Amino acid sequence: MINIQNLSKSYKHKKGSIKVIDDINLDVAKGEVFGIIGKSGAGKSTLIKCLNLLERPDSGKIIVDGVDLTSISANELRIQRQQIGVIFQHFNLLSSKTIFANVALPLTLQGNHSKAEIKAAVDEMLSLVGLSQFANKYPASLSGGQKQRVGIARALITKPKLLLSDEATSALDPQTTNDILELLLEINQQLGITIVLITHELEVVRKICDKVAVIDKGKIIEQGNAFNILLHPKEPLTRKLIIEEESDKYLEKVKHFYQFEKHPNKHILLLSFVGEATYQPILNTISNETNAKYSILRGELDRIKHMPFGQLLIEFDGDEGSLEKACTIMRSMKVHFEIVH
Amino acid sequence: MSFAIITDLTTNVDWSEINQATLDTLFMLGFAVLFSTLIGIPVGLILFLSSKGRLLQNKWVYNILSFIINVLRSVPFIILLIVMIPTTTMLVGTSLGAKGTIPPLVVGAFPFFARLVENALKEIDDGIFHMAESCGASTWQIIWHILLPEIMPSLVASITVTAIALVSYTAMAGTVGGGGLGDLAIRYGYQRFQTDVMLITVVLMVVMVQVIQVVGDFLVRILRK
Repeated sequence: MINIQNLSKSYKHKKGSIKVIDDINLDVAKGEVFGIIGKSGAGKSTLIKCLNLLERPDSGKIIVDGVDLTSISANELRIQRQQIGVIFQHFNLLSSKTIFANVALPLTLQGNHSKAEIKAAVDEMLSLVGLSQFANKYPASLSGGQKQRVGIARALITKPKLLLSDEATSALDPQTTNDILELLLEINQQLGITIVLITHELEVVRKICDKVAVIDKGKIIEQGNAFNILLHPKEPLTRKLIIEEESDKYLEKVKHFYQFEKHPNKHILLLSFVGEATYQPILNTISNETNAKYSILRGELDRIKHMPFGQLLIEFDGDEGSLEKACTIMRSMKVHFEIVH
Repeated sequence: MSFAIITDLTTNVDWSEINQATLDTLFMLGFAVLFSTLIGIPVGLILFLSSKGRLLQNKWVYNILSFIINVLRSVPFIILLIVMIPTTTMLVGTSLGAKGTIPPLVVGAFPFFARLVENALKEIDDGIFHMAESCGASTWQIIWHILLPEIMPSLVASITVTAIALVSYTAMAGTVGGGGLGDLAIRYGYQRFQTDVMLITVVLMVVMVQVIQVVGDFLVRILRK
């Protein structure tokens, strides 16, 4: 669906220039929800603006559905843009127009639709996002979540093949964020539309993304399946971004709390498991087979999109032999583990 | 008896002349507002669109247009009236009376109005432009479907402000042979010391300004949703 090749972009200012996008290569398959996550200033905003050429890159190719956007004329580009829906952090609704007219705008601009066609399409979209009764209201009377629903309806009205989401939930409260993410997921599944989203919220990636790319200083430092990246990040920067606020912080506390030098047999293990492995009695099996004792320091069970996963931080009390045995068991049960201490 | 006092106090006043002068002022005002708006909107749009970072960014167009507007805005209106006499005669056949006042009124007011339009456009959030471009809108479509509807309330507020400024401009035009209430105030009130005539014209102009403001505010309130 999207194929980005050697994309680079820099901004010039008085003292030289800054590279905001540095030789990025990216592939997004049809029907995927692809998340691009990074800190503010990492270049993700510029990257998503490049995807419909709101920002023109200095070099590289952006091929969307077989068309290289960087090589077509302004007119062709306008037509291609009509095939790419965009939703924005601040919704960008027209305050002078009703909800109906806001949603109808892309079709009005295309100029080749009858009034009846437009009405039918808008009614369908408004009912999809659950705002049918608001058609004649103005944006000022809507809540943030409702405004974003209008934004989504507007982005989808042209039946685009691709939806770009530019921090679409960053201005919303957690409950509303949840609702909007669910709506996006529903749209992805019902309409089969490909979604590329940028975000700095881990929650967004966890809830709806199939694939994730982590961007830092204009470079993609890691990309892959969402649960792989979220559970076993390889790059230190990704780890920092993803785990920092969770396990690592906790680990520090634990290390401080336990005086390991006094207990040579004690180890701290971080286990993570995905899918079927989540439902196995892992700890029970280990303790039955090794006679080692364990206690759970911290645990989490959740889903990444539809994939259940768990993460456990345990204190393992046993000799080297039983630790080795435990490792074998965990490997056979497809549990990913790290001996933290 | 009170009526007698009023007639007594207004012995100099020729009401039919007042009527005519009021109509003349309204005539000048109407056309001046109309043409200032018709010229000011496109000029304001060009100013905005040609400015830095905008859709039709063009340093030369912006700087030249901006300079002309600044020049026109810094010329005192009374000077403009005189400087424009040949042009006015060419345009409407006379530089006298209500008709001869309209061209300088327009030239005096449209640069001011164009700046108000430019400012209103600057208030539009950048995100709206991103949205419009993402929808594949052309520049014309952005102007017609997005910019003009979005600034409509500010546009009406700007027309109100301009119209009120024009009320006093029409009065000034009276000094150089323009028609209307200002003309009356100068010829009778100032030159013949008929204070009552001057007072009545001033009261009428105050009423005019009040009406314009109230109607303008009302329309803005309806438009701002």
